[in-house]
Amino acid sequence: MTEAAEKVPADEAELPPLRPPSADNGLFAVFHRRYLLKLLVQREISARYQGSFLGLLWSYINPLSQFFIYWFVIGVILGQHRGVPNFPIHLFAALIIVHFFNETFGAGTRSIVRNRALVVKMAMPREMFPVATMLVSLYHVVPQIVILGIAAALSGWTPDAEGLAALVLALAIIGTLGIAGALMFSAANVFFSDFGNAVSIFNNFVRFGVTMMYPYSMVHEKFGSGAQYFLLNPIADAVLLFQRAFWTGTLTPQQQAKDGLMPDNLMLVGVLALLASLVLLAIAQLVFSRLENKIPERL
Amino acid sequence: MATSIVVENATKLFTLRYHRTFKEVTVAKAKGRATGHTFKAVDDVSFTVEQGESIGIMGLNGSGKSTLLKMINGVMRPDEGQILTRGRIAGLIATGAGFHNQLSGRENLYLNAAILGMSEAEVRRKFDSIVDFAELGPTLDGPVGHYSSGQKARLGFAIAIHVDSDIFLADEVLAVGDKPFRSKCMKRMKEVRNSGRTLFYVSHAAASVQKMCDRVIVLEKGRLAYDGDPEGGIKYLHYDEPDDQDELGDDEIGNDI
Repeated sequence: MTEAAEKVPADEAELPPLRPPSADNGLFAVFHRRYLLKLLVQREISARYQGSFLGLLWSYINPLSQFFIYWFVIGVILGQHRGVPNFPIHLFAALIIVHFFNETFGAGTRSIVRNRALVVKMAMPREMFPVATMLVSLYHVVPQIVILGIAAALSGWTPDAEGLAALVLALAIIGTLGIAGALMFSAANVFFSDFGNAVSIFNNFVRFGVTMMYPYSMVHEKFGSGAQYFLLNPIADAVLLFQRAFWTGTLTPQQQAKDGLMPDNLMLVGVLALLASLVLLAIAQLVFSRLENKIPERL
Repeated sequence: MATSIVVENATKLFTLRYHRTFKEVTVAKAKGRATGHTFKAVDDVSFTVEQGESIGIMGLNGSGKSTLLKMINGVMRPDEGQILTRGRIAGLIATGAGFHNQLSGRENLYLNAAILGMSEAEVRRKFDSIVDFAELGPTLDGPVGHYSSGQKARLGFAIAIHVDSDIFLADEVLAVGDKPFRSKCMKRMKEVRNSGRTLFYVSHAAASVQKMCDRVIVLEKGRLAYDGDPEGGIKYLHYDEPDDQDELGDDEIGNDI
């Protein structure tokens, strides 16, 4: 943003340069305009469950109800409570990550269409909307982490430095990946709402593609060295990191010593997953910039 | 005097699609029918504006005025050619500039001011002045969805006029306001003009364009048809010829100033 000229300066050199009025866009501009971002996040928090009686509580009811379904079906009926030590912690840790990603991706995909009133008439970086959606989802994740932390502590967990690093890494991977997906799909969703529907299919894959209902050791037993391909999925890596942060600490030393409980070099895998997510984000930004030009006329 | 806006061979293509579903497109393709067509909403338009000039944009409905304004504002990019501007831009693109209907007037005020580039401190400083100007009274805390189009325009104009901009864009803002508000707006726009800012004013009201602007650009089917003094532009569009009902409307707005 430039300083406004109240009086006309005599010299052209004093004036801001001539440039395209739409030049200030892109993800970097979003972080330059933090005040606007803050307002959008506040707005989004109050608007996401607008008109509903329980309001914000839905952000907890939704994952909690899922937790109990999985807890009962996978834990009790399919017997994972016996197969996986401290299965509820294992499950809940994964669920938080899966829910964070699905919320960011789903709501982010709809964000441009939902804010069409602003998109069509106001000049602003449109990346604001997917980014704001991610921050709103992150805001909802915090109390869930607190609940998980308490539950884990009751099961004998003590926080450790590496676990904390794993936690931050997991959230960074999902945040980056969520924005990347939301950017790409939110622009595409303007042209064909099919993309909005495709998101729910994708969300289903996410649920089953991570170590939520089954432990990593099972993947390790079934596929042996082939298990490394499982780690190509950054969301699976984030879930493992999150379980490293909260779940492994609740296990007894013998349980921890089990072969293939967690992949080798998990932290390194996590860092690579974050880098891959950043590359995807850069690609998403390119796609978004391409499509963006046609967005106002198609809304 | 410095250049404020440069428009160079700006062209904006719009694609009109007749079908939206896969089935319809397939059927149309199979029958050899066209599935859409592209047209130029703004076609190879070039002009430059000096700092402090006030430009009236005129033209019939659908001649590309709003599209041109959107490109200058940065909402759209030209598909061909380029547009350059200097400094901060504020203004209204059509009445009731991007408001969220579910949000209250107050929330929309903060959001819109931030989008137009105001900082938190700036909004706080100008809040009362904006509210005074909009004259919404207690409706300010009601959802914007319940506002009349005149009330929306008031709020939008009040915010935009308070931004310290170098370029001010106004797109038919006065079409929906009542008489006292219109004259207030015209007064503020004159202040904007006299402060040396660049003014871009889209209107069908020949009289107010004549009073406000020192240059008129007429668009015709997206092409630049006329660029020169206001009298000539109004003549070009035959807006000066008496026409019972038109005459009445025009005079009305003219009297306000």
